[in-house]
Amino acid sequence: MKIEHNKNFTVGAVITCFMLAVILVGMFWTPYDPNAMDGAAKRLAPCLAHPLGTDNFGRDILSRVIEGAGATFLIAAATVAIGLAAGLVIGGLTGWYGGWLDECLMRLNDAVAAFPSILLALVLIALMEPGRSSVILALGVLFVPSFARIVRAEVARQKSLDYVASARLMGAGDVRILLLHILPNIVPVLLPSVAIGFNNAVLAEASMSYLGVGVQPPDASLGRMLNEAQGYLMSAPWYALSAGAAIILLILGFGLLSEGLGGDAGA
Amino acid sequence: MLVTLLLISLLAFLAFQIIPADPVTKLLGTDYTPERAAALRHELGLDRNVLVRYLDWLAGFVTGDLGVSYSYGMPVSEVMAGKGAVTASLSVMAWLLVIAISIPLGITLARWQGRRLDRVFVAMNQVFMAIPPFFLGILFTYVFGMVLKLFVPGGFVQPEEGLGGFFGYLFFPALAIALPKAAMVTKLLRSSILNQMGQDYVRTAYSRGNSRWSVIRTHVLRNAVLPVVTFVSMTLADIVAGSIIVEQVFALPGLGRLLLASISNRDYPVVQCIVVIIAAVVVFMNYLADVVTQYIDPRIRLG
Repeated sequence: MKIEHNKNFTVGAVITCFMLAVILVGMFWTPYDPNAMDGAAKRLAPCLAHPLGTDNFGRDILSRVIEGAGATFLIAAATVAIGLAAGLVIGGLTGWYGGWLDECLMRLNDAVAAFPSILLALVLIALMEPGRSSVILALGVLFVPSFARIVRAEVARQKSLDYVASARLMGAGDVRILLLHILPNIVPVLLPSVAIGFNNAVLAEASMSYLGVGVQPPDASLGRMLNEAQGYLMSAPWYALSAGAAIILLILGFGLLSEGLGGDAGA
Repeated sequence: MLVTLLLISLLAFLAFQIIPADPVTKLLGTDYTPERAAALRHELGLDRNVLVRYLDWLAGFVTGDLGVSYSYGMPVSEVMAGKGAVTASLSVMAWLLVIAISIPLGITLARWQGRRLDRVFVAMNQVFMAIPPFFLGILFTYVFGMVLKLFVPGGFVQPEEGLGGFFGYLFFPALAIALPKAAMVTKLLRSSILNQMGQDYVRTAYSRGNSRWSVIRTHVLRNAVLPVVTFVSMTLADIVAGSIIVEQVFALPGLGRLLLASISNRDYPVVQCIVVIIAAVVVFMNYLADVVTQYIDPRIRLG
């Protein structure tokens, strides 16, 4: 697989590595306890002790942004993992075997894909209990169609190629051909879509949490923080800015990465 | 198109049957007794077969009877009256803004490819694409609402009280939805034009003495705009979803707020209605995009 070493890729890799490093460190250490309240330090402007200031409960915003970025990242990663796993199985089977099952599933795919996914996720989550696992489940299910479609198209294209025929001549079974021969060949096509899917998941999670159906208080998530920050926009604008900037960095990093990998984040 | 719509309506309907949460429990609240629950269930028609209820609801939907809201006790059409206009105006305004910003900008950037202005805008584009619309909305509230005092945060003017104020209050929400999308369309249009610039017909056009600008204007644009039309029409789904969320940021009384309120009240007739209506609009717009694409490029046949 060839990675174009262009500027997009480099900048994207730097931003993403920075965010990943911050998130990784945040799992073990944050400057303060993200949920510790301090009545004496409410809505402090950024200063030496609190580089990004404090919120209305006197909680350290830097610690909460780190914690929230971690939560958002994990939810997005889990979502993409579910969508990708199911998409690989469904797309692989329908692309390989075709037939009426293929027709049915692709029709269903069209129906789901025609709909704004954030909206559908919103309804699904609200019907379950709002919370972290509901967000992952609902978004994961909604991400299946787009992955299934890409995998199906690629598998259908690859199966008529010579290397598949020769693998079959050597006596390889369907499963073996799909897993060992076709799968490695569709990874380069899949990788940019994974990055784009990840970005959509970050955006969707932030929206859900902002609307109050995602991560529940007192736990931090970037969308959740924006929801709280909006109430203190006049007296503590740095609160909203920090959370928003973290979301932008996450999305920007992966967007640039996916373009460096040859995808098109815009389409 | 019709099959897709039917499938969506069936999915929307079934989703509310599968989930364990019971609207009757929510409606009765502390007055809950098994007898009352059974009576209410009968009154709402919830004790009938799922398929019968689906067909019944679908027949009503087609004839304009959208059902009765559980929590308001009014027909759904009355609950939704006026709210749909807000969301529709917001979405259309955002969509027009996307086109108004991205088409001239995309063409200009392609025309001035490689110059400093182009490089600056391409980098800015990349950043704008990464901004969530609702965060942009929060920024606008702060900058234009609180610091510059161009509008009152949380305020709104009903269309009957003056169209100027109505559209004035929709402008910044629409801009918040539009900018990230406009960045994507600009980028797509720019690269689509630059892609075409390497084609043989462009070299022919140059050899006949055309300038770069007149080549773009008379030859390239017609070919470059095709993928953009498809993409712009597909963004409508995202714009509608975006307005649902951005309505929340600016406290606009549209379908989005109604949807969220109805979801938490377990007011399923309203939720179903909004879901199916939005889906219908989106599916119809996609169909329209196909027609327009075919009109621009007769080589493409509708499948």
